[in-house]
Order: sequence, then C-alpha cells, then structure tokens
Amino acid sequence: MTGATLQALLSHWWRNPLQLFTLLAGLALATALWSGVQAVNAEARASYDAAAATLGEGQYDRLQRRDGQPMDQSTFVQLRRAGWLVSPVVQGRLDDVRIIGIDPLTAPGGIGPVNLGQGGNISGFFTDTLFANADVAARLPELTVRITPETAPGSAITDIGVAQGLLGKEGQIDSLIILPRQPINRPDLADIAPELTRQQAQGGSDIGRLTDSFHLNLTAFGLLSFAVGIFIVNGAIGLAFEQRRPVVRTLRALGLPLRRLVILMAAELMFFALIAGVVGVALGYIIAALLLPDVAATLRGLYGSDVSGTLQLRPAWWLSGLAVALGGTALAASGALYKLSKMPLLAAAQPRALAMVAGRNAKVQGIAAIFLLMTSGILMITASGLIGGFTLLGALLIGAALALPLILDRILAVTSALAKSVTAQWFWADTRQQLPGLSLALMALLLAMAANVGVSTMVSSFRLTFTDFLDQRLASELYISTETAAQTAALITYATPRVEAILPIQSVDTEIAGQPTQVFGARDNRTYRENWTFLQSSADPWDTTFAGETILINEQLARRADLQVGDTVQLLDAAFTVAGVYGDYGNPIGQALINEPIFLTLYPDVTAQRFGLRLDPAAVPDFVASMEAETGIAASQTINQSGIKAISLQIFERTFTVTTALNILTLAVAGFAILMSLLTLATMRVPQLAPAWAMGMTRAQLGKLELLRAVLLAVLTAVIALPLGLALAWALLAVVNVAAFGWELPMYLFPMDYARLGVFALLAAALAALWPARRLARTPPADLLKVFSNER
Amino acid sequence: MNDKRPFLANGTLGAWARIIVLMAPLLWPMTTFSQGFAGLGADIDGFSTPQPNPTFMFPDDHGAHNNYRIEWWYLTANLQSGDGTSYGLQWTLFRNALAPEGEQSAPQFWMGHAAVTTPDNHYVTERLARGGIGQAGVIADPFVAWIDDWTLEGDWDTLQMTASAPDFAYDMTLTAQGPLIFHGDHGYSVKSAEGQASYYYSQPFFDISGTLQLPEGNIAVTGDAWLDREWSSQPLSDNQIGWDWFSLSFDDGNKFMGFRLQQTDGNSYTSATWIAPDGTTTAFPDGAFSAEPLQTHNTADRDIPIRWQVQLPAKNVNVTVNAINPDAWMATSIPYWEGPVTVTGSHTGRGYLEMTGYE
Repeated sequence: MTGATLQALLSHWWRNPLQLFTLLAGLALATALWSGVQAVNAEARASYDAAAATLGEGQYDRLQRRDGQPMDQSTFVQLRRAGWLVSPVVQGRLDDVRIIGIDPLTAPGGIGPVNLGQGGNISGFFTDTLFANADVAARLPELTVRITPETAPGSAITDIGVAQGLLGKEGQIDSLIILPRQPINRPDLADIAPELTRQQAQGGSDIGRLTDSFHLNLTAFGLLSFAVGIFIVNGAIGLAFEQRRPVVRTLRALGLPLRRLVILMAAELMFFALIAGVVGVALGYIIAALLLPDVAATLRGLYGSDVSGTLQLRPAWWLSGLAVALGGTALAASGALYKLSKMPLLAAAQPRALAMVAGRNAKVQGIAAIFLLMTSGILMITASGLIGGFTLLGALLIGAALALPLILDRILAVTSALAKSVTAQWFWADTRQQLPGLSLALMALLLAMAANVGVSTMVSSFRLTFTDFLDQRLASELYISTETAAQTAALITYATPRVEAILPIQSVDTEIAGQPTQVFGARDNRTYRENWTFLQSSADPWDTTFAGETILINEQLARRADLQVGDTVQLLDAAFTVAGVYGDYGNPIGQALINEPIFLTLYPDVTAQRFGLRLDPAAVPDFVASMEAETGIAASQTINQSGIKAISLQIFERTFTVTTALNILTLAVAGFAILMSLLTLATMRVPQLAPAWAMGMTRAQLGKLELLRAVLLAVLTAVIALPLGLALAWALLAVVNVAAFGWELPMYLFPMDYARLGVFALLAAALAALWPARRLARTPPADLLKVFSNER
Repeated sequence: MNDKRPFLANGTLGAWARIIVLMAPLLWPMTTFSQGFAGLGADIDGFSTPQPNPTFMFPDDHGAHNNYRIEWWYLTANLQSGDGTSYGLQWTLFRNALAPEGEQSAPQFWMGHAAVTTPDNHYVTERLARGGIGQAGVIADPFVAWIDDWTLEGDWDTLQMTASAPDFAYDMTLTAQGPLIFHGDHGYSVKSAEGQASYYYSQPFFDISGTLQLPEGNIAVTGDAWLDREWSSQPLSDNQIGWDWFSLSFDDGNKFMGFRLQQTDGNSYTSATWIAPDGTTTAFPDGAFSAEPLQTHNTADRDIPIRWQVQLPAKNVNVTVNAINPDAWMATSIPYWEGPVTVTGSHTGRGYLEMTGYE
C-alpha cells in the first residue's frame, strides 16, 4: 500500500514536471538568497575578527611613544625589569602585506595564531617562518610561510625578531601591549619610561565600529531575505497541496489511513527540500563568490579593514541554508498537512472552499496583524537597544505581511461594490476570490519590495550623509603634515603669501563630562561656517564659538553625556556653553571644537603638525611642486582632498553594486513566487472561467483580464510596500544604528529610486503573469466545455 | 632525568618541553613526544653531555652553561611565620637552548616559576622570556639570575631574592650556613640505567628570612631554603615519563635528597644523597631508596599522591611524608605538583616534594 501510495503521490509530479520544477526552484532560490547573504556576511565577519584578534585591537591597552615614533627595544626590557608585564609588537608593510611581529613568550593569549597557555601551535616561531593565509603566502614567495587560514587577510604574523629584520626595524618596537593582570608593587610608568603614553583599549576601534555598521546592514538584509524565502517556500507547498487534494481524496476513499498518508507526504516533501536546499546552498555559494570581491573591496576601501576576497566553505552557513530549506518546508507542510487532516474527506478541490477556510483564518490573522503592528508602533517610540530595534523590525514586517491580504480584500470589496458593469463586478469578485491563493506570493512581493525600499534608502542615506561629512571634514583643498618644528615654520612662511587661509589642525585628548573626548582648536574661517552642518544648534553657533564663549560637540558626546544646546561644560578652568551638536560618523569617542586662541591658552603645550590650506584647486599642483624645494616637505606629506573624495565615492559605488545585485535577486524571487502561484491557480480556475466563457467572453479577453489582475495586485502591494519600506529604513537608521553605534544616520528620501523599484515590481509581476495568461487564452474550448460535463 | 630538579625542571621544562616538542620537527628532527617527560629525553645533537668525574669551578659554574640544552636554578624553602603557620616558597629559573652555542645565534628561552604555598592556598605565577635581549639571564660573577623584575642576586654566602605576581610577591634574604654539596659521583648525577646524567649540586644550608606579600596581608617569615643547580642536555631516558623528588631536612640536622624516575615499563629508577650536618655526603645508587604512595588527592583533575612512605634502610630512615597543602598544583605552561611537606616516623622534619608526569 505504501508503495502504491507513494507512486500515486509522486505521479502528480511526473504529470506536472513544471510544478515540480517550480517547487524545487522556488525553494532553491530562497535558500540561495539567504545563504548567499549569510556567506558574504560570515566571510566578512570572520576576516574582520581574525584581523582584530591578530592585533588584539580593542582588547588591550597599549603603550606608545608620545610622538608616535618607534621605541627602542631596550625600553621593553626596562619595563619588564621594572615589573611591567608588556609585550612588544612591531608592524610594517612588505610588498603590500602587513607584517606583524609579536613575542609569543610574553604576548597575552588569543593574539594571532599562537596560544602558548593552551598548548597552541607555536612551532615555527623563533625561526624565520611567517604565518599567513594562502592568499598572502602567494604574495610572499621568497619567504617561508606556513599557511594558517585563521590569520587576518593581508597580514602575516611572525616572531618579532624576524619581523624586525624583514622590515628593517632592528632593535625597534612600535607598541607594547599591556597585559590585563599586572604584578603588585609595580612602579609608575612615568618613573620608567616617561616618553610613553598609554592608549586605552576601546570597545572596538573606529574601524571596528564602522565595519560593524556595514555588517549590521548586511545582517538586516539577510534577515529580510530569510523572511521573503520563508514566505515563498510556504506558498509553494501550500499550493502543491491544494492541487493534489483530488488525489488525496481518492487515496483516502480507497482506505489509506490518514496517518500514513500524512507521513508519506511529509517524507516526500523533506526529500524535495533536501534536494532544493543543496542546490540552493550551491547557488548561494555562487552568489556570494560573485559578490564577495565587491564586498571585500568596499570594506577595505571604506574602513581600511582587509577582507579576504576568496570564499571559504563555512559549515555554519551551508548548514543554515539547508536548515532554512528544511525548516521552511516543515513549517509550510505542517500547516498544509494539518489542513489536509482536518478537511472533510470528500471536500472537493474547490477554490471557493479554500477561500472560505481562509475567511475563517482571516480573523485570527487580522488580530495577529493588528497586535504586531501596534507593538511596532509602540516600539518606534520606546525602542532602545539592538534587541528592541530588531523586535521592531520583526513585528513591523510580519505584521504588515499578515495584514496585506486583509487590506487587499477590503480594497477589493469596496471596488467590487462600486463596479457598475457585470464584467467589472465579476472581475473584482473573481480577483477577491483568488486572493487567498495568491496571498503568500503577494506577501513575498511585499516583503521583497519593502526590503528593497528600506535597504536602498538606508544605503543611499548612508552615502549622502557620508559625502556631506567628507565635504565638511575635507573642506580644505590641501592637507599637509609636518614632522618637525622647523618644517612647520618653513611651511607657514612659504604658504602665507600663497594661500587664502592656513587652518592648523590641533587637538588634545581629554575628558568632557566624564567622556573621553578629543578637543580641537579651530581658527576662525569661512571654511567652518560654510561647510559644517549641525544636528542641533543655537542661532549663531560659529559667531559665539569663535568669540570664545561656546563649544561645539559631536553627536556621540551629546548622546553619551546627555548634553543639549545651552548646557554648560567644563574644560580645565574654563566653562563653555554648548552652541551646536554636529554629526561625526564613525568616530567612537567624543569630539569638541573651541576657538583657537582659547585652546592655546588652555593647552599651551600642544603644537599643530597638521594643516589644512585653502587655495584655488587649480593652484594645488604648482603649490606642492615648489613647496618641496623651498621647505623640504615632501609631496608624500600632503593629501589632496579631491583624491580622497574620489576614492571614497568610488567605494560607495561598489556598495551600490552589492545592494543592487541583492535587490534584483530578491525581486526575481518574488516574481518567481507570483508565477508559480498563478500557474498553480490556472488549472484550478478553469471551472470558474468556463461560465464566463460560456456567457460570451472570449478567451483572449479572459487572458487579458488575468494579466491585468496580476499587475493590479502588484500595484496595490507596491503601494503598501512603500510606507513599510520607509518605516523599515527609519527603524534601521534611527533605532538600530543608534543602539549599535551611538549615532543616528539622517534619513533621506529617494522618490526616483522608489518609482524605478515600483516599475521593476510591476514588470516582475507582469512577466510572471504573462505565461499563465497566455496559457489561459489558449485553453482548448473542449477543456472549458468539459467543466460542465464533469462533477460540477 | 636526574633528581628532582629534573622533574621540577620537567615541570618547568614542561613548558619548555612543550615548546621544544612542538618545535622539534624544525629543530630536532628525531624528537617526539615519546621521548621522556617534557622532551627531556630528546636527542642532543651538537650539545655537550655531562661526563663523569667533573671538576666544578666557582663562581663560573653558578652561571649559565650554554653548551648544555637544559639548566636550572631552583630554590625551595620551608618557612614559618610568628604565629607558627607553615609556608612553602619556590623560585625557579629555567634555561633552555634551542641550538648549541655558535649555531643560529643560539636562541635561549628562559622560564621563571614562583610560588607561595600556605596551608589553605597555593599562589603560583610564571614568566617567559627570550635570551639575548636582557629580559632574562644569569651572570656568574657577580652572581645574578633574573627574569623580568624577579632576581636572585649575591655571592652565594648571602643572596637577595624577589618575585612578584598579580596576587602575591616576596622579598627574601638567604644566608648560607654550610658548604655546597654535590650529588651522585662528585656532582655527576646518573638518571637512568642507560646512563643519562646531569651535573647536579646544591646549597641545602640556607637560612632564609623576609616578607611574603599575600592577599591576606604582609607576613614576616623565617626558615630554611635549599638551592639546586643542575644542567644537562638529555637528562632523561626516552622511557622515563616523570619523577617524584624529595628534599627533606630532619630535626637532627641531617638532610636527604632522593628521586624516583617513573618508567613506561612500570619500573622506576632511584637515586639518593644523604647529607650530614657538616655537609659530608653519601650517595646511594638505584634501589637503595624507596618511595611508595600511601594516599592520593584529586587536584586539577588528576590523582596526585600527597602522602608517601619514604625508606632509606641504609640510614634507618622510614618516614611518612605529608603534603602541607595537597592542592600545591603548579598551573604553569607545563603543569606539575610542588609543595612543602612535613616528615614523621623514624625521623621528623620538613621538606619539599615535587611530582611530575601525572597526566
């Protein structure tokens, strides 16, 4: 019996190979999308984690010379002999590879590939072996490199003695890691090495924070892809079950126990899910491999953190891809199987029956939707923290998806009531009746569109903000660093008659309201007035600040110290009123700006070694060319602002490539879901279309109406998706980003982008509907006639 | 390998050993884990090996012998505070050469272990350093042995000794009350039936006083200390997997050193030195001394014998040795057990016990 049943069940797929294909392909595509995004994310993260671990960035305090120059090795010995547990690090570049030299004997655990305390692999240290991944090893053909995939991309780790030799830094050390546990009776640093300064460990460097922001965006996208995927899987299976109801009825009428039937159908689906999952993971791998070079380039350019451009098969993500396929199938199947087991034995495969059942479910669904949307409404006001932010996202998306069929149903009910002609009335009623069958596909479309609107808004806002920020911070045409006081003097003598303004960049690390803050002394100049934008400010922030009365602070400081415009802060013995709060994206610590004369009074020891020069952009090359001859300042000490901006913008274009590719994929999957639903519905709909045909409508008319219906539903869905996407973007920018990084990204709107997206969605829906409509238009009249001779 | 030091060294060497063993493929192609505890049974290509009938030259021999692979300066002390509480103290510096002098700039690794044992607590810490840069080393004249801020410094009649850790520190003065003594055959100490040996001498007659800085407060202590010097290149046979080492000071003024090397075949190799109050020594060959575990204690997830029956019939010694703190586990790179003991039975007194190879 089991064999016969299986044969009967499977025969459905042999007779409908297209449907089998759609089921498998749908599942595979959803899985691919999910696992592709996950793979990119996992790869980027793993690379970054390795880099962070290599350097112990953010984990340990460090000692460095105040002037930033390397220290002598004897300083390390001196500190050790005084009881300071410090470990030396030397760094440098060799053929574009970052060489990091550490001393495994004194380094804290968890730095690099060495872990002495746990008996890690230390072999090769103290010899001339380097540790690096395969990519780096290929770039260092003359050296002995042991391949260790966990080493940070673009870096090679080796014993400090070896690194010193390779980098030509014999006897020199760049920084000292301070071990967390120090012996008692340790003397003060000032008594042993007063030239050193202690750099506090930061909970992640600024590179880390910005990179995290990017990862978070990708994670959000992954989450949305997952939601879209789940809806599609759900839809595919639900429809396949509907179609096979006659078979089920026959089998059960022949005496097959319900239990065995359910088990067999579940097993069959899991088998398909497994196949589709494997294919999907493989596809995801290809997607990821195609996207990864761009992601790697984006991260490297944006944040200077290296991501390996090659993909490793990580068990975590391919397992998660398979789990999505299997889990999604299980979820969808459980609903369908449950319905199957509860439906009356002889209930025919009547679409209207399905709609009526859906009607009963609608109430539950409606209540859930309202509850979720209300929750998200409350969270929009109250949410703080990452969990709150993601709960908000989840509630919003699921609530909106659940509400979609109900909203569409209401709209159709109204239009149906307003319709005058019989054809129009029939069209609206028929559309409404199809809604339950299409609702899952439409939900997928809704989510895909909302995700696209949300993510592209976020990324575009990010870009706009960042370019504004670059304009603000890189307003001067030329930046010059000097190395000595003599160079500084020469520069000022040389530049004063040739440029419009010299803006010294001078700062001191201190605290404001208990927060670590970098305070800058700014020279009164139009550069600041014209380019800086404030999130919050008094009437004339620059006038009062350059008059020495007020201070301008960055958003991070304002948020952490809870400072508003009008509050007073203290710097040494001087008090300042906060006159403005400005955005300072990516900066992990506080920043403040005061007038230069006041700054120099408060901090007389600080001398500027960086200068921004305002001059005619066209004059920059000549200025730099003769500067070297006259002042000895090399061209390498200058930065041409337009160059930096060009690079930064180029990087954002890459970000867009990634985002656009993912957008198109999501839409394609949603379009596929629609196609699949329509194809499935098409055969069930023949009995309903037959009467319309019999009453005089041509098949061509019917086909056109089918197409129109699909486009109409897509338009309605798109209209609902737009506000949802914007809400999503807002939540990502204003809630999630603040929770994660302490600064809010301003949100900008991009109507043209949305319009284009809407067109894409319609195209996707129309394309998806085209084939089913054509098939309908070509249904042989005999098939339509048969309806009347059949059981109905 | 040889006496306790070795095993102590083993312990310490453990750390070294791990480095050595892991580096073996690069440095000593024939070396594998099977070669004795902590690599102490490893091959010795290019290194010197101890020879019988040595002549020691002082103060030179207090310094480092870079032609030999392994060497240590190993001090243990039994201490007492004013209220009669017993304490144990350890200060150890290990040297390990990756290559003989003259080859690949002879990288030396140094490892320091320091510990203070109270009846209830065992404080232990470790330092590692490379040679050649001044972070650690030993100079013979004037004598100083150091790693980081830890030092053992003086003329061997008087020595100053310090060590520090995040949770404890000590500062001690040592005063010699007797001569140096030489183990085995005039300082040539045989460790196995195959003839592995080390150079081994001790100063067991130190008076010690100073201050322990512990989390429970500063404690002034006095007592006696035992300083071991030992070096070799292949102190253990490749079938020797650990050792139990006893240094006992009896109330009648006699002292005793004995070690038992455990072999993979279940047998053991023993050696002992009897030290009279005037410093005259009697060496005992394999089998003359025996040590049998009476009771084990589970610490650091292994069963460690913390009560022993120690016998040296030739000197009518039949004593029970008891750990003052059974949890004196040295959780260092290469872990081992090392702590103060009390002695009861035919003789009474106190001493130190080291056990390695309990995996």
